[in-house]
Amino acid sequence: MIRFSQVTKRYPNGHEALKQVSLFIDRQEMVFLIGHSGAGKSTLLKLITRVERSTRGQLIVNERNLTRLPRRQVPYLRREIGVVFQDHKLLNDRTVFDNVALPLVVAGVGHRDTSRRVRAALDKVGLLGKERLFPITLSGGEQQRVGIARAVVNRPPILLADEPTGNLDAELSDEIMDLFGQFNQYGVTVLVATHDRRHIARLGKRVMELSDGSLIQGAEEG
Amino acid sequence: MTAYLTRHLQVLLASIGQMARNPGATVMTAAAIGVTLALPTLLYLITDNLERASAGFDKGAPVTLFLRKDLDKAGAQALARRLAQRPEVTASRFIDADAALAEFKQRSGLAAALDMLEGNPLPHSVVLDLSADEHTDFASRMLEELEADPDVSLAQSDLQWMRRLRAIVSLAQRGALLLAILLAVAVVVIISNTIRLAIVNRRDEIVIIKLIGGTDAFVRRPFLYSGFLQGLVGAVVAWVLIAGCLYLLGGPVDELSRLYGTEFRLVGLPLRDALLVLLCGGLLGWVASRWAVGRHLSRIEPR
Repeated sequence: MIRFSQVTKRYPNGHEALKQVSLFIDRQEMVFLIGHSGAGKSTLLKLITRVERSTRGQLIVNERNLTRLPRRQVPYLRREIGVVFQDHKLLNDRTVFDNVALPLVVAGVGHRDTSRRVRAALDKVGLLGKERLFPITLSGGEQQRVGIARAVVNRPPILLADEPTGNLDAELSDEIMDLFGQFNQYGVTVLVATHDRRHIARLGKRVMELSDGSLIQGAEEG
Repeated sequence: MTAYLTRHLQVLLASIGQMARNPGATVMTAAAIGVTLALPTLLYLITDNLERASAGFDKGAPVTLFLRKDLDKAGAQALARRLAQRPEVTASRFIDADAALAEFKQRSGLAAALDMLEGNPLPHSVVLDLSADEHTDFASRMLEELEADPDVSLAQSDLQWMRRLRAIVSLAQRGALLLAILLAVAVVVIISNTIRLAIVNRRDEIVIIKLIGGTDAFVRRPFLYSGFLQGLVGAVVAWVLIAGCLYLLGGPVDELSRLYGTEFRLVGLPLRDALLVLLCGGLLGWVASRWAVGRHLSRIEPR
């Protein structure tokens, strides 16, 4: 599903965030990406969504070769990847419903379908009944769940999360992580970047570890 | 196709909603665009009316011949009859010096001053209507010829006047065109600036939409609609301003035209031209937002 071959990312300021990283994540797999801050976790996720481009090496995501992906194809790549951000990235001037509906609106899904799927997504994260509220009135954990509902509402085959529990207490973090586990059971390929090793022990999934831009553990399964 | 139209309709309604939520900003922008569009349109209307007015005068720019002072009445009448025979002359009117003085006294209100004069300072005169008078070359040739007549001391026509007026009108028309071009640029700058501000204000939203797979066209669409609507609303304001100006000018113009004894009336913006103004407004708005979006939107990318 996701394959990196000798991928290097060097930023314009000369900093080499990723050094010759090769990895493979299979369809329907769930993987944790760990490493100290500045190890390159965020850069790795940004390469998958083509927010950043690799300097060298080859990247294949859901059978798309990102090194040769034309600019106008980028939106369609991103529709196949749900992303959960640490800072939620919600629109505070729109209701929970409108926030979650945004990927469907962007993709041109019809009105009735949109309504049905937004409710289903909110139901899954336990926020049904709050669709008319504004994100700012929700707690941090609830806002993060709105973000998750938005990430999965158009049923993407890949789900990425960048420190999704960074600002949450242990109990809420566990709830969120369990949600990712559930989506993985439904067949979604999940990649979660975190620095919280507690979840890894709890869920027992493969772990990839980055250190100073190099992958030092878990490049391939087994 | 239906889905496509629905999406566009949604964006259009959303843009209208956005304008309605910021009435202050919307009104200010619309007023600025309205004034900017109204100026050249008004100038065009004025020159257009002037041109029509002068065309009206043109039809019978008569030639007035002031005869030699020592020519007696019988001689003058004979000359008038002789000139009336000429094929170029459609009508000839003899004006007696005494009658002219009486009329002048009555019209000028200088009766007392004129009474102090010894005798009548005015000569006999003849007024000729020329055929084919719209042909100015012919008319001016006639004028020279008549002036050469030994019995005529001065031949005068409104012709020179008409020519000057027409030159002024065509200058003003050229000016209106130049002004229109300059102000169209101003409209584009005004609208593209408000669109630029809107883009900056909605930076986070744009980033998020791009992150979840919004195409450039999707991101662009609301700004294009908003620019188009601003231009359109501005054009409506311009229309209202023009109608107001014409209403205020109508009375004085009627009065002036009555004093000159003409049938001239101020003509407003015909529906076709009014729709053209609306179309121009909308089009300028669209072009402006397209320009702003092209310059600013591509710089906003997720980081």
